[in-house]
Amino acid sequence: MVAITTVSTPTPTPAPAARGPMAEAWGIFRRSPAAMLGLVILILVTLMTVAGPFLYPVDAFEIVWAPLTPPGQEANIPLGTDNLGRDTLAGLIAGGRATLAVGFAAAAITMVIGVVIGSYAGFYGGGVDNLLMRFTEFFQVLPPLLFAMVVVTLFQPTLVNVALAIGVVSWPQTARLTRSEFRRIRTLEYVSAMRAIGASNSHVIWRVILPNALPPLIVSATLTIGMAILFEAGLSFLGLSDPNVMSWGLMIGSGRQYLLDAWWVVTLPGLMIFLTVLGVSLVGDGLNDAFNPRMRER
Amino acid sequence: MFNRVLRQLLYAAALILAVLVLNFLLIQLAPGDPAQVIAGEMGGANEEVMAAIRQQYGLDKPLLTQLGLYLGRALQGDLGMSYFYNRPVTELILSRLGPTLLLVAAALGFAMIVGTRLGLLAARNPRGLSSAAVTVLALVGYSAPVFWTGLMLVILFAAKIPLFPVAGMIDVVKQGGPLMRALDIAHHLVLPALTLGLVYLAQYSRLTRASMLEVLGADYIRTARAKGVSERRVLNHHAFRNALLPVVTVAGMQFGAIISGAVLVETVFSWPGLGTLAFQSILARDYPTVLGILFFSTLIVIIANLLTDFVSRLLDPRLAGGR
Repeated sequence: MVAITTVSTPTPTPAPAARGPMAEAWGIFRRSPAAMLGLVILILVTLMTVAGPFLYPVDAFEIVWAPLTPPGQEANIPLGTDNLGRDTLAGLIAGGRATLAVGFAAAAITMVIGVVIGSYAGFYGGGVDNLLMRFTEFFQVLPPLLFAMVVVTLFQPTLVNVALAIGVVSWPQTARLTRSEFRRIRTLEYVSAMRAIGASNSHVIWRVILPNALPPLIVSATLTIGMAILFEAGLSFLGLSDPNVMSWGLMIGSGRQYLLDAWWVVTLPGLMIFLTVLGVSLVGDGLNDAFNPRMRER
Repeated sequence: MFNRVLRQLLYAAALILAVLVLNFLLIQLAPGDPAQVIAGEMGGANEEVMAAIRQQYGLDKPLLTQLGLYLGRALQGDLGMSYFYNRPVTELILSRLGPTLLLVAAALGFAMIVGTRLGLLAARNPRGLSSAAVTVLALVGYSAPVFWTGLMLVILFAAKIPLFPVAGMIDVVKQGGPLMRALDIAHHLVLPALTLGLVYLAQYSRLTRASMLEVLGADYIRTARAKGVSERRVLNHHAFRNALLPVVTVAGMQFGAIISGAVLVETVFSWPGLGTLAFQSILARDYPTVLGILFFSTLIVIIANLLTDFVSRLLDPRLAGGR
């Protein structure tokens, strides 16, 4: 098919190199069934949390029926109720919003701290690098969940604080990745050329090196979202997140006592976390392959 | 060699000191009266106790003096008093350290042994079924929240297949000698260790597969094959040893995360370790205990990092020679 079209068209087909690197990456990404599956899962989960409240307008905290009603028993409560008689489906919809919001916010905080510290360390090297990396290593020896637990309880367990706590414990890996990318790119000719024509350090860092360091950072950002979602779920499972905001982890935490009588209360929100993180991981893997076509053989 | 060890130990000591300073700062930064924070909001914080705390921590003195007092006592092993449990924090933590270390060691051992074997199996045939299975397992293991996997195992083993106990560490009803006791603990350990181990098993199998594929393309493997070494020996001896290095490095780097996972797993299986203690003392706002646990677990991570470095050098003499 392809051969026929190329032969019969008089105009030469554009060479693949003519496309931008992002378009090329998308081309690879699109052809990966696993990556597309991940993208579809993520779109569905997002749709559920965004459009859900309009299609299924039930308050997640409202007591709607007898406690621990199994799924399917009442036609208007498709996924049953929890130990207080609250609607499970409404909980899944509302819980997704908090989980996703905190996950994305925490990942953004992680990326900002990590990229700033990593790029300064990688760009300047020497004493700056030494100091920043010792600082990074210090944060790396703190067990992340324990540290976040302490921070959230010492201060107030609001969603903002939870996102901040996750960000503060998660950035070291991003910083190390950014640093190694900066150290590699810093020595390349186009960077020397920019410096030779008198570009300022901050111009070189943010406008020249950072854009070229983006592919691995985008992959890392994606995986960070998955990690942050798991983190938020863990904190709210322990009951250390905002008790006034429904989240998937909170549903599991408050339902675990009734685990053996009511499997759905714990299983369904966990399944949602699993699917969301799976989607994020698949997209991350797909992006990794798309940005490094050579690595795909592995 | 000696110099390097000394430098590493000094660096570890600096990190430990930094963690103590962080603990001190956290108490200072927390909203409210530090004495109130130390006494715990739910503990018996009467005026007498508060006055004793103010005196002991020197809370009326300048901040630097307070820091000095705190560090001085911490370095002597005194991390303060838990007003909730009414016991010294260090004593409380040491009584819970064993179960956590046992859980982490069992989970990590299981993950490393099974994970690397699976990765090896997958690397033999990178396009085969076992390879695909390892990839899927890695994704599933990474994506499922560890506490949820634990709860699913509880459903399975509490009701459907009552093969392993789903809570606690020792059956109080059972009587018997030390061997019976050890077997009982091992029996209780199966599910928590499996739950915690699965996450890392998934990662290590994938990592082993990737590094094996990389190593198998190396010249020394071709040399080994050319001189007639059996394929089995090439894989198990020449390649595997080198492919193990990234796994050891990553396991060392992940130690903090593994302890974090242990907190969740202990909570699910009521395993009487540091994790359940952390959880209970956070609920009770027993900050001296909470901060003590943070300090001890960081200490474990630092020690684990030193050990990882040591093992990597054993595995790869090139690392030991240079620098």
